[in-house]
Amino acid sequence: MKSENVFLKILLGAYLILFFGYLLGPLLVMSITAFNSPSFPKMTPWECLTFEWFDVLANDERILNGIRNSLIVGTGTVILSVTMGLAGALILTQIWPRLRATYYTIVIAPILIPGVVLGISTLVFWDRINVMLGFSSDSFLHNGIFLTILGQSTFIASYCMLVFIARLQRFDVGLTEAALDLGATNVQAFRKILLPFMKPAIGSAAVLAFLASFENYNTTTFTFGKYPTLTIELAQKVRYGINPSISALAFIIIALTLFGALAHEMYRRKQQLALANGAPVSAVTGKGFQLPKFLKGNPAAILLIILTLGAISTIWYAQVHSPQQCILDVREQKRIETEKKIQAIKEKRRQEMLKKQQEQQKAAPSSNQAIESLAKVLLVAYSRLKTLKIMHLMVPPLFRKARRTIQVKAHLAAYLHRRI
Amino acid sequence: MSRGVGVTLEDVWIRFGDFVAVREANVNINGGEFFSFLGPSGCGKTTILRAVSGFLEPSDGRILIGGKDMAGFGPNKRPTALIFQNLALFPLMKVWENITFSLEVQGVSKLERRKRADELLDMIALPGQGDKLPSELSGGQKQRVAIARALCAEPDVLLLDEPLSALDLKLRQHMRTELREIQQRVGITFIYITHDQGEALTMSDNVAVMRAGVIDQIADGHTIYNDPATPFVASFVGENNVFRGRIKSIDGKHAIIETNRSGALVARIAPAAIGQLSVGDQAMMFLRPEACNLATETSLTHNRIRARVQNEEFEGQTYNVFLEGDQGKEIKMSLVNVGQDRQSEVGQDLTLEYNPDQAIILPFGELASE
Repeated sequence: MKSENVFLKILLGAYLILFFGYLLGPLLVMSITAFNSPSFPKMTPWECLTFEWFDVLANDERILNGIRNSLIVGTGTVILSVTMGLAGALILTQIWPRLRATYYTIVIAPILIPGVVLGISTLVFWDRINVMLGFSSDSFLHNGIFLTILGQSTFIASYCMLVFIARLQRFDVGLTEAALDLGATNVQAFRKILLPFMKPAIGSAAVLAFLASFENYNTTTFTFGKYPTLTIELAQKVRYGINPSISALAFIIIALTLFGALAHEMYRRKQQLALANGAPVSAVTGKGFQLPKFLKGNPAAILLIILTLGAISTIWYAQVHSPQQCILDVREQKRIETEKKIQAIKEKRRQEMLKKQQEQQKAAPSSNQAIESLAKVLLVAYSRLKTLKIMHLMVPPLFRKARRTIQVKAHLAAYLHRRI
Repeated sequence: MSRGVGVTLEDVWIRFGDFVAVREANVNINGGEFFSFLGPSGCGKTTILRAVSGFLEPSDGRILIGGKDMAGFGPNKRPTALIFQNLALFPLMKVWENITFSLEVQGVSKLERRKRADELLDMIALPGQGDKLPSELSGGQKQRVAIARALCAEPDVLLLDEPLSALDLKLRQHMRTELREIQQRVGITFIYITHDQGEALTMSDNVAVMRAGVIDQIADGHTIYNDPATPFVASFVGENNVFRGRIKSIDGKHAIIETNRSGALVARIAPAAIGQLSVGDQAMMFLRPEACNLATETSLTHNRIRARVQNEEFEGQTYNVFLEGDQGKEIKMSLVNVGQDRQSEVGQDLTLEYNPDQAIILPFGELASE
């Protein structure tokens, strides 16, 4: 029984490692490549710790423009989707019960329709409207940001609605009635009773909507017009080859997400702890912030602090650290390696030649043959020179140093001379 | 009693599709009165309350508050305040904000609201609790906050929808007296909905007993208990032993009923039934357990019943004896425990007697189902 248990535990551990590796591995690798110096995102071989890709990112106009557009579109989508989602969810509670199922199917449908279809239809629909209204082709109905917000909101609003429906199901209609009974108008009852109750759901729906908007590609790709969002820019970049500045961007996004999640978790746990210790609810919702107390038994808070310290020290280190020396070293190392390789090839060729000559001398030692063999040797030497030249092309630093090439040539000439 | 405003229901019908929730309700509630609607769940009493507070319009008839027809006035336009069954305190607002919500929607300044809240908190004996959230209060405290919140709106009529049903027995009894006290202090009309006859009888000036959308009787608690107008009222309010039979003879206020099992019995004809009964009619006699006594003689007269003891139950103050009765039902008699030896034993035959004035005869009708 016991050994079986251990076996199961090992199996479970292995499974967990695999599972989390599968989930988080790519993110980890991507993050590491952001700090490696090669100009293609690589984790191995590790060359130099560098922060230059963050600089490259910060100076990349297209990426920055993409982020800006994404933020604008995200904000617009959040406002539109949350409003529409809330309205949709409220109608669901008010609508005639027999219509409810039909209504639900209709408003949930955009989630099931492929984003590509939504994108195309948004584009075509507003183009038709534009034509119908007789506007010119550069009217706001053709504006990329306008279309993207509308296109994305068609289905993101449905997501928001699902969040709101879940929350509304726990709402006691009696509260609204009580408010009305106490003299509130319908608007007051909505604003003072329902809206505060929906606040947490509005928060989560807004986050959800923003993230869905930020990462959306397939709808946006039809609607962005002159305002490419970040995802569009990234996709276009990948086509022309990428550098680790994309990893740097990914790292920033991952770090921000992690911070947000941890901060939220810490706050939640702090509340739970306080409640478990018998603190009154009003005290928990207050702003009291006592370090030792909330740290106690709150791993999220500890992790958050460690992470913050890590981030601060990393930023400090980035200010101080200069990878130039390391990069030069690596370059030198590469050069030496290449030289070694050249030497090795040369040595190999020399050995081969010697072998051939010996064989030829053995076979036919006549003077006529000797001349022939000399011609052959010359031919081989010439071709070898050509090979070396090509190698120089492949190794630009070497090639640039023409002096060294000349040296090699001289060396070869002397060698050939000796042979003759 | 000066501030109270009367409420009148004139031929009020309330229908939901084919279902009739309230049938021809005619009620006149005087200003400053503590009025209760008593009935089993689903009898339409909450529907009446919602119609008075304005959450639904009657299908027919008129509702007048202070002589004014309320048709077309929404709940926020009526001089009523409703205390909900689940209290419906706003969970995200502090106690004082809850209490003064009616002032907040009128745009009263925060300072003034806070002052008013403190006054009301003093009144409901919860001083200094204003900054708590409702979830931090006990059941009885929440109850009082709900009352304060309703009173803060200064309604002419306070409507209470079974507000005590969620409380435990001790607290319920305490809150009864407290509610009654508050009502007498503020002097406004209270309309109280309950299925608990104890609540209705102890607190109310007048009680309306409802059955399946119909108001069976409107009277003060005494009359309801002693002179029920229908078999339903007789069996719903308090405990009653039922004897079915036919009228054998009528003599002024009294009649003799030939019961199926217990022979001919004499009882008073209920005031509501006078003139409605004639000899040979099917009728019912109701006898309260506490109106039964052990007979000193065993000879049978029209006010004595002889039956076998089936069961006994000791409650301390009283002990209940269950006798074999009509249609498989037991006859319950409650005897005051005066310390003497028990006079009954299970299986023994026993004779009980009663004062004919304490038993009631009514025309045959529907009983309250247990």
